[in-house]
Amino acid sequence: MKIWPIFKKEMRLYFTSPVAWVIIAVFLFLAGLMFYAAVGYYTRASMQAQMNPMGGGLNVNDGILRPLFSNFFIILLLMMPLVTMRLFAEEQRSGTLELLLTYPVRDGAVLLGKFFAAVTLYTVMIALTLLYPVMLWYFAPIEWGMVLTGYMGLLMLGMTYIAVGVFASSLTENQIVAALVSFGVLLTFWLVGWLSDLADPMVARLLQHLSLPEHNDSFAKGVFETKDVIFYVNFTLVALFLALRSLEARRWKG
Amino acid sequence: MIEVQNLTKHYGPITAIRDVSFRVAPGEIVGFLGPNGAGKSTTMRILACFMPASGGSAKVAGYDVFAESLEVRRRIGYLPESVPLYTDLRVAPYLEFVAETKGVPRSDRKKRVAEAMERCRIADVQNRLIGKLSKGYRQRVGLAQAIVSDPAVLILDEPTIGLDPKQITEIRELIKSLAGDHTVILSTHILPEVSMVCSSVVIINQGVIVAQGPIDSLVEQFFPTARVEVEIAAPSPAAVRDALRVIPGVVAVSDLPGSDGIGRYVVESSRGRDVRGEVFQLAAQQRWDLRELRRIGMTLEEVFLHVVAGEQTRAEEST
Repeated sequence: MKIWPIFKKEMRLYFTSPVAWVIIAVFLFLAGLMFYAAVGYYTRASMQAQMNPMGGGLNVNDGILRPLFSNFFIILLLMMPLVTMRLFAEEQRSGTLELLLTYPVRDGAVLLGKFFAAVTLYTVMIALTLLYPVMLWYFAPIEWGMVLTGYMGLLMLGMTYIAVGVFASSLTENQIVAALVSFGVLLTFWLVGWLSDLADPMVARLLQHLSLPEHNDSFAKGVFETKDVIFYVNFTLVALFLALRSLEARRWKG
Repeated sequence: MIEVQNLTKHYGPITAIRDVSFRVAPGEIVGFLGPNGAGKSTTMRILACFMPASGGSAKVAGYDVFAESLEVRRRIGYLPESVPLYTDLRVAPYLEFVAETKGVPRSDRKKRVAEAMERCRIADVQNRLIGKLSKGYRQRVGLAQAIVSDPAVLILDEPTIGLDPKQITEIRELIKSLAGDHTVILSTHILPEVSMVCSSVVIINQGVIVAQGPIDSLVEQFFPTARVEVEIAAPSPAAVRDALRVIPGVVAVSDLPGSDGIGRYVVESSRGRDVRGEVFQLAAQQRWDLRELRRIGMTLEEVFLHVVAGEQTRAEEST
């Protein structure tokens, strides 16, 4: 499997074009605003708690990082389709896919090279926010285990976003269509969680199980829950499998 | 090295190529000729394993392009007509990526890339972004990516398009230098190019092969006679015609439009027989005024026009 050369090429393309830099900059700017807001609210709440003799039980893990992470889910939901949309659509539009597919590389290697490149960019993005818990740690005690599982959850969720985006990109040569499709699919798997409240109990359980953010609660609480890991991994694999099929289809029907 | 048998490709209701069959021997350079839309690119895309055929089979280096696509792809270098390149990459890193993907061992990679850049004369732009290069340079980068892994078979779709005359000559020299250890199939619609570079041709028109073979034998096949154009001023054109006709070896004499009192004729004789001397003697004997005596060289161009136009009239007649 020649994943490595494809991976390197994709990383080069991300970083020689402005795409990666702009995505990282915008993400960090928005994440910074959210962090600032979260710290502000937490400070106010803890001052009120000091005046209230019944107060207490506040900690930065639950008070700042957890809400911050669920805010990340939303900006990432908006941004990841833009990171992944070019992966195949651009190559189809410019015709470079015609050359790439005549090189002695398996379709799976092309797919995984691109997938891991996007995952790496994503990891860089979220790893830069590690600065926030480090800053908080300077002022208050922090539960590092919870931070770790929080980031694990973020990574798992990101992989599903990316896999769906890769699949959407393999369907079309139009990048905007690719971004819209992946955004639509991802948002659907968010909304099913809300719809579950309205459905009858059997369906509700199913819908709840399919909901993307639902499975992140355990990570946010500091629990490493196997079933949630399996959910995200399966979700990712299914999307990648569909992408592989759509890529292989051109070898059959052309 | 390349074996194509009854290859057919449909795009929906349109048939792009029909029952295309040809062979290319190892070390040969074959020109693939045809008017625009004749099916050249379609055939090449199938050979390069980019898309499957609807029927028939194609083998490259002994491997089937559909069933053993990976083996074929290890042995080819392909340059599509549109020269698709990653505009956001620099030339040298791009070629290194291609070399690595095509399985050039790490120890050889730098050397091969340098060699390919040297041969295609792009070493001076190796640190530039491909998107910022001129069309001519891009074309040569495209060619460099095809040859960087030193493949046994090269499939080049219009390799000299968009180049200036000097670059065209350089690229032709480069392609010629590849003959021997490489088998090359190149498509073009520049006919002189084919006679200069290729040892044999395949002419395709409207998806069907209309002629193929070594250039010389094709010319002979379609124009079995040698032709001489004669211009003679004589009192009686009919007498001239009759006199020309009885020269030994002459098969036919036909008139060309001439002006008053000057007749122009095309004298056809069996191939290999030059009747110019006799025509001159005849004119001198009869005291005719010989104005012009010229051999008409039959070239690939005439063959091409003949078969392509012939196909078209035949197609029109049948409808």
